[in-house]
Amino acid sequence: MSRFKILALLPLAVALSGCNYVVLAPAGDIAAQQRDLVIISTVLMLLIVVPVMALTVLFAWRYRQSNTDARYEPEWDHSTSLELVIWSAPLLIIVCLGALTWMGTHLLDPYRTLGRIHADRAVDQSKAPLEVDVVALDWKWLFIYPDYGIATVNDLAAPVDRPINFRITASSVMNSFYIPALAGQIYAMPGMETKLHAVVNHAGTYRGFSANYSGAGFSGMHFNFQGLDDKGFDAWIASAKSGGGSLGRAEYLQLEKPSQNEPVRRYGTVDSDLYRLILNMCVETGKMCQSEMMAIDAKGGLGHEGLNNTLPLAYDKYARRGTALGPEPTFVAGTCTPDAPQGRTTASITAPVDTAPLLGAGLKRPTFTPLKSSSFFLGQRPKSDS
Amino acid sequence: MSPDLLKLIFGRLTIESLPLHEPIVVGTFAVVATGGLVMLAGLTYFRLWGYLWSEWFTSVDHKRIGIMYMILGIVMLLRGFADALMMRLQQALAFGGSEGYLNSHHYDQVFTAHGVIMIFFVAMPLVTGLMNFVVPLQIGARDVSFPFLNNFSFWMTVGGAVLVMASLFIGEFARTGWLAYPPLSNIGYSPDVGVDYYIWGLQVAGVGTTLSGINLICTIVKLRCPGMTMMRMPVFTWTALCTNVLIVASFPVLTVVLALLSLDRYVGTNFFTNDFGGSPMMYVNLIWIWGHPEVYILVLPAFGIFSEVTSTFSGKRLFGYTSMVYATVVITILSYLVWLHHFFTMGSGASVNSFFGITTMIISIPTGAKMFNWLFTMYRGRIRFELPMMWTIAFMLTFVLGGMTGVLLAVPPADFVLHNSLFLIAHFHNVIIGGVVFGAFAGIGYWFPKAFGFKLDPFWGKLSFWFWVTGFYLAFMPLYVLGLMGVTRRLRVFDDPSLQIWFIVAGIGAFLVFLGILSMLMQFAVSFLRREQLKDVTGDPWDARTLEWATSSPPPAYNFAFTPVVHDNDAWWDMKKRGYQRPLTGFKPIHMPSSTGTGIILAGFATAMGFGLIWYIWWLAAASFIAMLAVGIGHTFNYHRDFDIPADDVIRAEDARTKLLAGAK
Repeated sequence: MSRFKILALLPLAVALSGCNYVVLAPAGDIAAQQRDLVIISTVLMLLIVVPVMALTVLFAWRYRQSNTDARYEPEWDHSTSLELVIWSAPLLIIVCLGALTWMGTHLLDPYRTLGRIHADRAVDQSKAPLEVDVVALDWKWLFIYPDYGIATVNDLAAPVDRPINFRITASSVMNSFYIPALAGQIYAMPGMETKLHAVVNHAGTYRGFSANYSGAGFSGMHFNFQGLDDKGFDAWIASAKSGGGSLGRAEYLQLEKPSQNEPVRRYGTVDSDLYRLILNMCVETGKMCQSEMMAIDAKGGLGHEGLNNTLPLAYDKYARRGTALGPEPTFVAGTCTPDAPQGRTTASITAPVDTAPLLGAGLKRPTFTPLKSSSFFLGQRPKSDS
Repeated sequence: MSPDLLKLIFGRLTIESLPLHEPIVVGTFAVVATGGLVMLAGLTYFRLWGYLWSEWFTSVDHKRIGIMYMILGIVMLLRGFADALMMRLQQALAFGGSEGYLNSHHYDQVFTAHGVIMIFFVAMPLVTGLMNFVVPLQIGARDVSFPFLNNFSFWMTVGGAVLVMASLFIGEFARTGWLAYPPLSNIGYSPDVGVDYYIWGLQVAGVGTTLSGINLICTIVKLRCPGMTMMRMPVFTWTALCTNVLIVASFPVLTVVLALLSLDRYVGTNFFTNDFGGSPMMYVNLIWIWGHPEVYILVLPAFGIFSEVTSTFSGKRLFGYTSMVYATVVITILSYLVWLHHFFTMGSGASVNSFFGITTMIISIPTGAKMFNWLFTMYRGRIRFELPMMWTIAFMLTFVLGGMTGVLLAVPPADFVLHNSLFLIAHFHNVIIGGVVFGAFAGIGYWFPKAFGFKLDPFWGKLSFWFWVTGFYLAFMPLYVLGLMGVTRRLRVFDDPSLQIWFIVAGIGAFLVFLGILSMLMQFAVSFLRREQLKDVTGDPWDARTLEWATSSPPPAYNFAFTPVVHDNDAWWDMKKRGYQRPLTGFKPIHMPSSTGTGIILAGFATAMGFGLIWYIWWLAAASFIAMLAVGIGHTFNYHRDFDIPADDVIRAEDARTKLLAGAK
C-alpha cells in the first residue's frame, strides 16, 4: 500500500480507535455472554447472507442485456430441486439459530440467579450477593442498598466479581435500566417489579442510563456505575454513610418530583420500608398499598361498597392527572359488618364528616380542574374542595 | 367576554396555543402560508378549482384516487423528512455542553411526528395508492368493488394528515414517541393537546385505511376477469390481497387501543393507568399486535412490486410463482405471532421470549425464499437496467442486511443489549427504506407511464437513485456502529465527544437523501416538461407481462373496452405471444359509477369533529358528528350513483387509440 493510501485511511483509524464499543467489549460476564450470542448469530446468518449478496451482483452483471453470450431462457420458471434448496437452506440456519436462542434465552434470563461469575469461575456460594433496589424517577435514578442502609441518586457502585441482584421499579412512567458494560437492559415500570442478575468482572467506571424515552428530562437521565474492588467498595459505602442525610417517606416525595440533570446525591440512612412502599405506590401516608388491595381482593373483596373504595388507592390519578369529563372521586360511606350484612340497612353507619380526599405529605392538591364548560353537558358537579 | 363563555366556544384553545414564541415554527408557518397562498392564487387564476373538484376531489375512479394517494404520500414525505433533517442536525450539534438548537419540548415532538408521519402518512398512502391504481387494472376490472367508499377512504386519510399537520401551528404534537406508550401518554403525564392530536389524527385516518382494506379485498375476491383463478393472479395482486387481509384484521386493534387510551384521557377510565388495576403493559401488547402486522402491510406490496419488476425487466417468467404465493401467505399468518419481540425487555419469562424469538426467525424462511426467487428470476434472463430494476437490485442488497440485523434482534439475549439503541433504529430504517421506500420508488417508476402516458426522465431518476442509496448507507451505517457503542435512541444531548463524528457522517447521509428527494421532484418536473419526447403510445413501454399493460396509457375511465379473458398467469405476455388482436368494433355502452362529493364532505366533518375533541370544543364535536350522520343518511337517498358511458364515446376513445398505435408502428 502506498503512503498516500495509508494517509487516506488515517481519519477512519482515528475514528475507530477513539470509540468504545462497549456492547462488543463489556466488563460483565452476562453482557459478555450476550455479546457472544450477537457474534455467533451474526456469523451464522452471514453464511447465507454473503452468498445471496454475491449471487445478486453476479447475476445482475452476468445476465445484463448487453451480454448476449449469457444463456436466455424466458420460459424457465421452475425447478423442484432448486426450490428444495431455497427453502431448506434458510430453514437449516434457523434450526441452528432457534436452538441457540432457546438455550441462550433460558441461560441468560435476567430473572435467573447467576451460576458463574466468569467463564471459568463458579459463584462463591458462601458470599451473599449484593442487593440493590433501583427506582427510576422523573428523571434520575434512585439506588437503595438495603443491606447497608444507604441510598444514592445517579450513583451506583458494586464490588468486582460479586453477583448483584437488582430489583427494579419506577415511580411514574416506563424507563429501561441499562448499563451496557454490565448486562442487558430491562424495563422499569411503576407498580411492578422487574429483576436483573449480573456481575462486573473488571474494575472501572461505566455508563448507565435509561434506554426507554420517558419525557422531557430523558437525555440527562444517566449515571456512572463503578466496579470497585472489595476495599474500594467498603470505602464507598463508608463515605456514603458518613455523608449524612436520610431518605424517608417525606424526603422521597420531594425527590420524586420531576427534575432534570440531577447531580449525584447520597443518603447515609434510608427508610428500610421505602422500596416496598414505592413498589406498592403508597409512599404517601394514607394511601392503600397495592399489596393490601390485592390481599383484600384475594379474600373476596369488600363487597358492594368496596367497589367505591377508590380514594385510598389513588396514587397518581388525582395527584398528577385529571380528565376532561372524568368522574369526581368517590368514597365509601359505609362498609358491611357482621351486624349489617348486605341488604340490611346501613343507615346507622355515619359517613365521615370530611369528605375531602386524603392528602399525603409533600404532594399538593390537584391543580387540574375539569373545564367549567363541561357542566354544560354533565350538569353542575359538587365541588370536591372543602 | 367572560372566560366561561370563551371556554364554551373555544374549549382550551387560546391565543397562547399558537406557538408564536417558537421562531422555527413561525418561520415554517410563514413559508408554508406563503407557498399555500401562491398555490391557491394560482389555482384561482388558472380557474382550476372547478376542474379539481369535479375531475379529482369527487372522482370515484380508482386510478385518480390512487394518484391522489401518491401525491399525499409525497407531500407528507417532505414534512416527515424535514423532521428527520432537524433531528440529524440536533444530534450532530448537541455535544460538549452544547444544547443544540432544539429544546426538549420541540425535539420530542419532532421525533414523534417523524415516526407517525412516515408510517401513517407517507408509507401507507404510497402503498395504498399503488394498490388502488394497479390492482383493478391487473385483474381486468373497471373499478374497485365500492368506488364511493374508495373516495371516502382517501379523504379520511387526508383528514388524519390535516390534523397532524395542524398540530404544527395550532398547539403542539405528542411528545411520547410514535407509539405513545402510557403512562407517559396518559393525561397525568401528557395533559396537553399533543397526544389528543395523535389519537384523533390516527383514528380519522384509520377509518380510511380499514375501509380501503375491505374494499380491495372485495375487489380482488369478486372482480377478477374470467379465467383469472387465484393461482393466475399477478404476484402484486396476491401481496395486495394479503396486505389488505392484514389491514382488516389488525387496524381494528389499533382503533380499539386508541379508543381505550382516549377513554382514559377523557373520562377517567383506568385501562392503562398505573393504579386501579390499569396496566400499561396491556397497551404495549395491543399496540404491537397491530404494529407488527403493520410492517408487513407495508412491505408485502413492496415485495409484489419487486416481483413484477424483476420478471418484466429480466424478460422472463417469475421463478417459483407458487412458492412466492405460499411464502406471502405464510408471512401473512406468521406476522400475527411475533409481536412480543418488540418488548422482550419487559420481563416476560424465558420460554415466552424464546417462543416469540423463534417465530420471528421462522418468518425469515419464506422471506429468504422470496429473495432466492427474485435471484433465480434474474438467472438466465436478459436484464434491462431501467430505474425500477436499479431500485430492485439496491433493495436486494440492502434488505438482506436489514433482515440479518432483524433476525439478530430476534434473539432475546442479543435484544437485551441492542433494544432501543441506535442499532435498532438503523435496523428498521434499513428494512423500511431498503424495502418499502425503494419498493414504492420502483413502483412509481414502473407504473408512471401507465398513469400519465409518458415515462419518467432517466437522468434525474438516476441522480435521485444514487443520492438515495449512498445517502441511506451514510446515514444509517453509523447508527449501527453507535448502537454497538451502547448509544440509545431519542437522546437530545450527548456527553461523549468521540461519538460526534458518527452523527456528523449520519447527518451528511441525511443531506444526500435530501438531495435525492429534490432530484426526484426535479425528475417529475423535467419529465412533465419533456412529456412529448418521453411519450409512450403503445401502452406497454416495458414489454411487460400483466394485464394493466394491455390497455392504453393513461387508461380510459373504463379501463378495458372489453373485459379480458385470461388463460395463463402473465396474461398480457401470453396474449402477446399468441398474437392477440385488439377488437376494433362491437363496442357497447359501459356502466360506470358517478362522482360524488359526499366523501370529501364526510371526511371534512370527521376532521372537524377530531379538532373539536382535541381542543374540548364540545359543541363543534357534537355538531360535526350530527352533520356527519345527516350527510351519511342523506347520501343513501342519492339515486344518481351510476351512469352509462355511451357507445359513441367508447368508440371515439378506442379509435383514437387505434390511430396512435398505428402511428407508433
